[in-house]
Amino acid sequence: MPPRFVRLGETGRRPVTIEIDGEPATALEGDTLLVALLANTGHLRESEFGDGPRAGFCLMGACQDCWVWTAEGERLRACSTPVAAGMRIVTRGAEKLWPSRM
Amino acid sequence: MAEPHVIVVGAGPAGVRAAETLVAAGLRPMVIDEDACGGGQIYRRQPANFARPAEAIYASEAGKASAVHATLDRLAGRIDYLSNTLAWNIDDRLLYVVNGMAAAELPFDALIVAAGATDRVMPVPGWTLPGVFTLGAAQIALKSQACAIGREVAFLGTGPLLYLVAHQYATAGGNVAAVLDTSAKADRVAALPMLAARPALLARGLSYLRDLRRRGVPVLDGVVPAAIAGSQEAGVQCLTVRHRGRAVAIACDAVAMGHHLRPETQLADLARCDFRFDPPTRQWLPVVDRDCRTSVKRIYLAGDGVRIAGADAAEIQGRLAACAALQDLGRAAPDIGAAALRLRLARMDWFRRGLARAFPWPWRLAASLPDNAVVCRCERITAGELRAAVRANGAPEVNRAKAFSRVGMGRCQGRYCGHAAAEIVADAAGAPIESVGRLRGQAPVKPLPIAAKGAGLP
Amino acid sequence: MSGHADVIVVGGGIMGSAATFFLRRRGRSVILLERGLVGQQASGTNFGNVRRQGRFLPQLPLANRSRAIWGRLNELLGEDAEFLATGHIRICYRREDIGALESHARSVEEYGLKLELLSQNMLRDRFPFIGPEAVAGSLSPNDGHANPRLAAPAFAYAARRQGAQVRENVEVLNIEKSGEDFRVETASGEAFRAPAVLVTAGAWAARLSAMFGEPVPLVAHGPQMAVTEPVVYAIRPVVGVYSQVTEEGVYLRQVSRGNIVYGGGNRGPALIDARRAYVKPQNTLRQFRQISRAVPALGALRIIRVWSGIEGYLPDMIPIMGPSAKAPGLFYAFGFCGHGFQLGPGVGDAMAELIDTGATVTPIEPFHIKRFAAAPAVGAQAAARP
Repeated sequence: MPPRFVRLGETGRRPVTIEIDGEPATALEGDTLLVALLANTGHLRESEFGDGPRAGFCLMGACQDCWVWTAEGERLRACSTPVAAGMRIVTRGAEKLWPSRM
Repeated sequence: MAEPHVIVVGAGPAGVRAAETLVAAGLRPMVIDEDACGGGQIYRRQPANFARPAEAIYASEAGKASAVHATLDRLAGRIDYLSNTLAWNIDDRLLYVVNGMAAAELPFDALIVAAGATDRVMPVPGWTLPGVFTLGAAQIALKSQACAIGREVAFLGTGPLLYLVAHQYATAGGNVAAVLDTSAKADRVAALPMLAARPALLARGLSYLRDLRRRGVPVLDGVVPAAIAGSQEAGVQCLTVRHRGRAVAIACDAVAMGHHLRPETQLADLARCDFRFDPPTRQWLPVVDRDCRTSVKRIYLAGDGVRIAGADAAEIQGRLAACAALQDLGRAAPDIGAAALRLRLARMDWFRRGLARAFPWPWRLAASLPDNAVVCRCERITAGELRAAVRANGAPEVNRAKAFSRVGMGRCQGRYCGHAAAEIVADAAGAPIESVGRLRGQAPVKPLPIAAKGAGLP
Repeated sequence: MSGHADVIVVGGGIMGSAATFFLRRRGRSVILLERGLVGQQASGTNFGNVRRQGRFLPQLPLANRSRAIWGRLNELLGEDAEFLATGHIRICYRREDIGALESHARSVEEYGLKLELLSQNMLRDRFPFIGPEAVAGSLSPNDGHANPRLAAPAFAYAARRQGAQVRENVEVLNIEKSGEDFRVETASGEAFRAPAVLVTAGAWAARLSAMFGEPVPLVAHGPQMAVTEPVVYAIRPVVGVYSQVTEEGVYLRQVSRGNIVYGGGNRGPALIDARRAYVKPQNTLRQFRQISRAVPALGALRIIRVWSGIEGYLPDMIPIMGPSAKAPGLFYAFGFCGHGFQLGPGVGDAMAELIDTGATVTPIEPFHIKRFAAAPAVGAQAAARP
């Protein structure tokens, strides 16, 4: 999907490199993980119940629609997590990430 | 008594003013903030490396927002401020919190809950498509991340926030495809006498409307949302509403929706506070006295977390709640001019009721949702499945309907489906809305990690 | 709505609902009276285990009878309450507990239950999600789990479709012998009569048994339940931990939608007068540690809801089931001590048989209420007060 969010300003911030579904992507320091993802693509995850991709809803940590899987098998709530360099997010095919031996 | 432990949950306008008042009385309260740096939602702060001045973010409220932030910063050495910390349960004068994976139980002698609010939403067919967000989300994207939620954003719902956020987008260079209000002009006219209680706010609202019109943004009222269409590949592509008998299709790649706000009452519920049905807003609200006391000793509620009255009212209630707590703890409270504050609150409450009259919650839309419309986003439960649970097995109230249909069993615990679900249950059962009750609160307040360990907090 | 029937059943949990259904199938007219909504109390809030392994041995014939019915729910009721025969594994963490698993496996063979003992390596091979602390396991391949929210209502509403009167929101205030019949009075001002009454009022039954001079030391406790967010379906069998340490005794099951339901460890407070039960937050946190020991992968997940319920317990951990010792025509089935869900269909079927024919082929003598007749009951005074 093409990027969903549109930056209207504050673009002079330091770039941060993350990975989305194995591909490198650029975000800006100070982005939430949700903004980092939606500035690069159009969705965050796939619904567990077959109704397709989801891209979050409330942006304030209430709807719980933006939980994403990291490649390491961890869960992050994207709207309330600041983006960090090196984050590797899996938005499609995340079923393979669980259960993992911990 | 030795120094009493007072905990304030929430660092928005209500929580900050409560903490300030407690500090002024010589206490060292603990302030629990789910977010990183205070301000709540309305005065949410942008990240440290953003450059926009307060006026660009908060417009007319910049002064108030800055004042709340400055107060919180000033209190730093005199409160225990726990950021990124979720209060997930309460039992026996203990507040259970978690920060990342670190869990702790915090004893309190008094607890002031200022947990704020979320958008109140009415499901629309297609609302789970990527690109549908709440009005609050659209505003947060802009205010604290300098982003628009899409290239062409349609704004749908009712309430002052609808016009405010659309105006903010237009001013910031975003493209506003349309502003679609479910309320009718007649509603607003009828409410004018009450809205006149706060003439500055009323004038400001009208100015947003004028500005949007001047920019050529289509602004329609009395709309009936029909559907949000799009594809799994692209997300939202079109919003259709009915307006004066005609179908109107708005091409868009994002929809910001909301009908006012609803208070976050989960902690009050877990604390076993009494709730009462509020007919003008058709929802259950916690019962508080005029000093913000609940039905449970030593527990107080302030701000939008008890009843939606806005940030100014929240600041006043925060002060009143703190004074009530101090009084109940046998401590001298600072003179906050309570009588004058209560008068101002009364005027604000009159305005609040005017807003509810001007921009009513469109409860009738729930009953006309088609059977295949998703009501519970988290669990993907449709209106038809919910109606079947009510009719097939006679589920006359929402918790029973939840047990049979799974509505409200998802991660958001009914925050975004609860009100519409209650309306659908009432309609399917042919019962008055009050009789179907409300979804019973269950811990945790938000999802709690199994990896959490009780080692205390950093 | 007639006020007279062959049998009045007081209490619409799974015991009462199943009994009502099977009595109706036997051609008896039945009135089921439920104070709230059917299946709302212990029957609707328990873990949902449908297991025969790990029971008090004399319960096994009843458990076997019940298991056969679980497998036929679709045929009997038109719905299956999401019963899945996924198997049930008990694991243990200590070598000294292996003996108990082995001896139980030997004991249940004579009741027709075949368990498979698994070494640590076998566990790792077949069920790799089980934690490395497990030193052995015992698998019951044909046990499984079901959805407790659906089971009792399924029986009750099927009974209603077959012609039973199922009355919800009707509270029974008094039962007394009146000529040949029992007369049952309700808070709604109604009176029902029947020559036979079955008390299946769960944690509240002691008040009713006391009316007939049969007080019992019934107390209420709350299960401590939690459920995770949905994840991919990967854990097929129900997993339970066998341990002498109460806190370690957790159990979990994954439903086909993906959520993992679990519970166990310490019990919580259940208030029978207020009809509320709570999960103690400390128990939630303690369970996290134990559940992660059993299945470490759960450590990546979050819980989204906790709940409790009101379960009736007797001090010997054995239910009360069978005829009254004092009043002919009066029958009981209550106090299943947190392990009644699996037994529900069997209890209903056996009690229906007993009430209908005067006897049941399933041995239930060990559950007779007369075992409490000798000593005055702890809390009997409280139980006798209305």
